[in-house]
Amino acid sequence: MRTLRILLEKEFRQIFRDPAILRLIFMMPMVQLLILPLAADYEVKNVKIAVVDQDRSTYARQLVEKISASEYFDLVDYGNSYSQSLELVEEDKVDLILNIPLQFESVLVRENESTVFIAVNAINGAKANLGSVYLRNIIADFNREIRLDWIQTPRINPQPIIQVSSLNWYNPLLNYQYFMVPGILVILVTMVGAFLSALNIVKEKEIGTIEQINVTPIRKHQFILGKLIPFWILGLFVLAIGMTLSWLVYDIVPVGSLATIFAFAALYLLAVLGLGLLVSTISQTQQQAMLISFFFMMIFILLGGLYTAIESMPMWAQWVTKFNPVTYFIEVMRMVVLKGSTLFDIRYHIFAVTIFAIVLNSLAVFNYKKRS
Amino acid sequence: MKQLLFFIKKEFFHVLRDSRTLVILFGMPIAQVVIFGFALTNEVKNSSIAILDQANDQTSSAIIDEISASRYFDVTSYLKTNAEIEQVFRKGKTRMVIVFPPQFEYELNHTNSATIQMIADATDPNIANTLVSYASVIVMDYQSQQTLQTLPLSIKTETKMLYNPQLKGSYSFVPGVMAMVLMLVGAMMTSISIVREKEIGTMEVILVSPIVPMRVIVAKMIPYLLLSMVNVVSILLISYYALDVPIAGNLFLLLAECFLFTLTALALGLFISSVAETQQTAMLISLMGLFLPTVMFSGFMFPIENMPIPLQVLSNLIPAKWFFYIVKDVMIMGNGFKQVWQETLILTIMLVVLLTISIKKFKVRLE
Repeated sequence: MRTLRILLEKEFRQIFRDPAILRLIFMMPMVQLLILPLAADYEVKNVKIAVVDQDRSTYARQLVEKISASEYFDLVDYGNSYSQSLELVEEDKVDLILNIPLQFESVLVRENESTVFIAVNAINGAKANLGSVYLRNIIADFNREIRLDWIQTPRINPQPIIQVSSLNWYNPLLNYQYFMVPGILVILVTMVGAFLSALNIVKEKEIGTIEQINVTPIRKHQFILGKLIPFWILGLFVLAIGMTLSWLVYDIVPVGSLATIFAFAALYLLAVLGLGLLVSTISQTQQQAMLISFFFMMIFILLGGLYTAIESMPMWAQWVTKFNPVTYFIEVMRMVVLKGSTLFDIRYHIFAVTIFAIVLNSLAVFNYKKRS
Repeated sequence: MKQLLFFIKKEFFHVLRDSRTLVILFGMPIAQVVIFGFALTNEVKNSSIAILDQANDQTSSAIIDEISASRYFDVTSYLKTNAEIEQVFRKGKTRMVIVFPPQFEYELNHTNSATIQMIADATDPNIANTLVSYASVIVMDYQSQQTLQTLPLSIKTETKMLYNPQLKGSYSFVPGVMAMVLMLVGAMMTSISIVREKEIGTMEVILVSPIVPMRVIVAKMIPYLLLSMVNVVSILLISYYALDVPIAGNLFLLLAECFLFTLTALALGLFISSVAETQQTAMLISLMGLFLPTVMFSGFMFPIENMPIPLQVLSNLIPAKWFFYIVKDVMIMGNGFKQVWQETLILTIMLVVLLTISIKKFKVRLE
């Protein structure tokens, strides 16, 4: 017990004397929380549209007015040559072209049917899809309006109509930051835990001080615990800073209980630290440790469901996410912070992360050898 | 010249002997392309939804059938009471609950109007929006099938998806992954390897020898330059053969632009190494100052046009943004040099400025 206390004292001194680490601990949450949520706004809006209006009729003009009034579209160009607009697409100045052909109105009136053409720059597939759906909705709306003008409709609907009303729970204003910030907090805690613990042991290896520890009677688990506990405390501390910042800046107050969040985070950190320790036992230089943890972090974060929904992934990738601790914490954060889920609701997550913690830490202790 | 060759050889040995690093350096781009190409998609599909059907009549079950037949939705549970809605959301997986009011069909037939309520879990606003609009379209389609008569004055739309007819996500991910990997290998690895010599003291040995310091630096950069180009080629091969991403433009132009960007990344690494004293600081600066902005501002993960104006202005300083434009233009859209000369010029200017500053800042003597 006394050995452990002394080891802990050593680690804390080391951490607090290294300005780089302290900077990392305080700067990372600030920068990530202040900038990332501002940037991570996936809402599809401000779609740049060019209209090629070869008809110049009343209907065409009304349609264009309706489009430019919409919040989704920015009317960038209004011309009459398709090839000119296509050049704008090539220069990335336009995302979408609406082509209203010659005699659009007269054909519509004469034959009761007329076609407009949409061309979308589909390199960004999701945006292209949504953009064209929005535009088709506007055109459909416009169609309904002119039809109502054309035919004198009776006051009661002649046909039964099913209406759809929609409600957005938990985030009624559809604030994207509510979605991103809890996820970014997870990334933050993960990076602090995994990188710092991985780099720490390797640094001792690289500068040779690990030899000095190896010749002392310190036991393996004491050494590992001595490395684990400081970063475990730091990780929770960073989470606390992060939660405070997200309350001050984004006004995000967890609906669920703070105790649930911190309890889960404590468990999760054990798993992440175990991973960091494992990396440090297999690498020789800081460069290696950095690269290896970076490699895994990248995969974990990308497949963690922070940016893209897990259920849209192919089956094999969904299986990979089951072995990814980051996935569980991101889900738990979003559930507890936004929906107020309780410990009982997240029991499977707790179970999974406990197993990660046990397996990773045993591997790390097993892998750490006192001789080189 | 011979001296330089010896140094380059030494640096190659350094890099090649560290097999773990090498495996990851080559494995990283492959893993990234595979993940981005196959696993990550912004498309919304297979979303779990729950249904609360209080009507249980013909119309409601017909609509439910239509919805569960769609590939966007997986109907995972049927609820009985309003209270269950909250519970099912709290458990996490369910993204939307569709509620049919009691007497749905009766109202529809007698008052000619009935309402379906869609309650979405809006923690992810985009998915919530998308699901509601997909479900509404299904309901609308169902209705128009029921009323078969054609309406007057129908405006039809015909949509053409340019450049990426199948709407594959990989078309925008591949250029982004290239920018990310080149930044990582070029800037981070170079800066760490130079700073490492400082940290373990061998830099001093080199500096007191008659070797011209600039040659040492050049020798350090060349292995990473080669590694980066190997990575570029492997990314291009995987995306072409495995992901079916076309290389529509001139391959040589594309490679030349990659070379230019790699040089910029190396110059950045050199700049960092002239500022940083320890490996950890170098890593920190590379991660926060380079990697994060590259991911954020290259425009493949986060849409730049949605950012606040100050960030949009800031994004112009990030080389990756221009590189992303160039690769997208040349590789996917098949444009020639005419369309990308401005971006190329910007990158070249950045390269020259960075090189000048870091050579000026590079200290020939240690304190």
